[in-house]
Amino acid sequence: MLRIQNLKSYYGRLQALRGISLHVGKGEIVTLIGANGAGKSTILNTVAGLVSQSEGKILLDGKDIRGLPAEKIVKRGVALVPEGRQLFAPMTVADNLALGAYLRHRNGSKAELEQDAEMVFGLFPVLKERRKQLAGTLSGGEQQMLAIGRALMSRPCLLLLDEPSMGLAPKMADEIFRTIVRLKQQGVTILLVEQNARMALEVAEQGYVIETGQVVVQGPSADLLRNHDVERAYLGKGYEKVWE
Amino acid sequence: MHSFSITLQYIFTGIAVGSIYAMVALGFNIIYNCTGIINFAQGEFVMLGGMFMITLTTTWKLPSLVAFPIAVALVVLVGVGFERIAIHPLKSPSVLVLIMITIAGSILIKGVAMFAWGKEPCYLPHFSSETPINFLGATILPQNLWILGCLAAVVIVLAWFFNRTLVGKAMRACAHNRDAARLVGINVKQMVTLSFALSAAIGAVAGIVITPIILMDYQRGAMLALKGFGAAILGGLGSGPGAVVAGLLIGVLESLGAGYISSHYKDAIALVVLLGVLFIRPAGLLGSAEIQRLKKF
Ligand SMILES: Nc1ncnc2c1ncn2[C@@H]1O[C@H](COP(=O)(O)OP(=O)(O)O)[C@@H](O)[C@H]1O
Ligand SMILES: [Mg+2]
Repeated sequence: MLRIQNLKSYYGRLQALRGISLHVGKGEIVTLIGANGAGKSTILNTVAGLVSQSEGKILLDGKDIRGLPAEKIVKRGVALVPEGRQLFAPMTVADNLALGAYLRHRNGSKAELEQDAEMVFGLFPVLKERRKQLAGTLSGGEQQMLAIGRALMSRPCLLLLDEPSMGLAPKMADEIFRTIVRLKQQGVTILLVEQNARMALEVAEQGYVIETGQVVVQGPSADLLRNHDVERAYLGKGYEKVWE
Repeated sequence: MHSFSITLQYIFTGIAVGSIYAMVALGFNIIYNCTGIINFAQGEFVMLGGMFMITLTTTWKLPSLVAFPIAVALVVLVGVGFERIAIHPLKSPSVLVLIMITIAGSILIKGVAMFAWGKEPCYLPHFSSETPINFLGATILPQNLWILGCLAAVVIVLAWFFNRTLVGKAMRACAHNRDAARLVGINVKQMVTLSFALSAAIGAVAGIVITPIILMDYQRGAMLALKGFGAAILGGLGSGPGAVVAGLLIGVLESLGAGYISSHYKDAIALVVLLGVLFIRPAGLLGSAEIQRLKKF
């Protein structure tokens, strides 16, 4: 579905990615883990078209989409749930969802859009209750749900999730992870960036460990969960000591 | 005249002029929200509105009702053309560069207007009768009611557009979070073009409706733009309700100041109020300090 080959991204003169290659198969969950500043968000943002300077290839179903602007990429079925949610805070939950389906308003029928909104409300019933509330007034967990819901409204085949559990209470994080699994069961392919490496590897088929803009370890999640280096750096008790 | 009536008279005059400032300020805000820049050609949109209207009604002898939408459409064309030619092609330009472009645009439009219409102020008849209406001892020109009506219409249409239509919401989304807007598929550059179209239209309406009272010449837009800019700042850059409240406030204060103190100081009075408010509330009357931090000005 998505194949990234030797991707390099730059912010001005700073090189944030130093040749990333990875693969996400259809219907899979693949996770990227790594410390803060490793370049995980940059990978997702480059795929989504928000990073303007890059080299290499981003093949979506065999077609190179690198360099297309973000608004064209979402048209091709790739939706990013960005780090920090980036909701339209002064607008209502319903408006955020409507804007999520922005591209489909012209051709999509009204009934279809309503059906999709119901699908999102099915995943996150609390959003239905808060339909008329401003997005900025939601709790952190609800905001994350809305961010995911907004992305789903574009009917993506590939969903990019950037730290969806960030800043959430453990119970809420669990719920988000359960949703991720449900989405996969519905046929959505997912590339997931997470700080919570253990939970991410538990739901994913494949994992990549990113350090300073490079892939340092990759493999099936089960292997990574058992890998000693990964365990010491990202999973074990030493986690706090090393990274905080 | 009774002193109450005199005060009322000043207030009526102030509200009419203030409505124009409010419309100009709304024009500033729409472009500001979408691009983060102040469009210094806003006053020229106002001037062009009046000038086109004069040409259409006096030279072409079109009835006002027909000329009005045509004049607005022509100014929209100028606004969109300006944006498409001078701003649209640029790849991630800096705010400073954009502002310089709008200043250049303003100078250019003024120059062309001077050639087209000459330097003398041009006259446009009032929309309806010129007989003042008596009200509690004060008088109101019917044209002032037209001005107020236009402001009300502009406000209602904008409120509907930004709160009820998807495109309007998309424009607000751009203003609020550009990257998030792009991620849902909104073409930000199209929204910028649209913001110029809207601003030009509002400017044109303001210009058309004020011309019968103040006359119009090629450089009269600049002063209106300055006051409108003051209103936009006073209300809080980017705030629609702020623009309306501040525009009317500046108009009324100016009128009262001119009447009770001296007409020489009327511009200064508006400025002193502006500075005073900003000293106490840097984000403006209705601006939010939180949003202010995100903006480039
Ligand atoms: N908008 C930006 N401008 C400049 N540098 C950036 C920007 N975003 C990220 N970086 C830099 O790129 C590197 C990778 O950042 P990021 O992709 O956000 O890492 P991660 O998501 O893994 O924490 C970091 O060194 C960071 O400072
Ligand atoms: Mg990140």
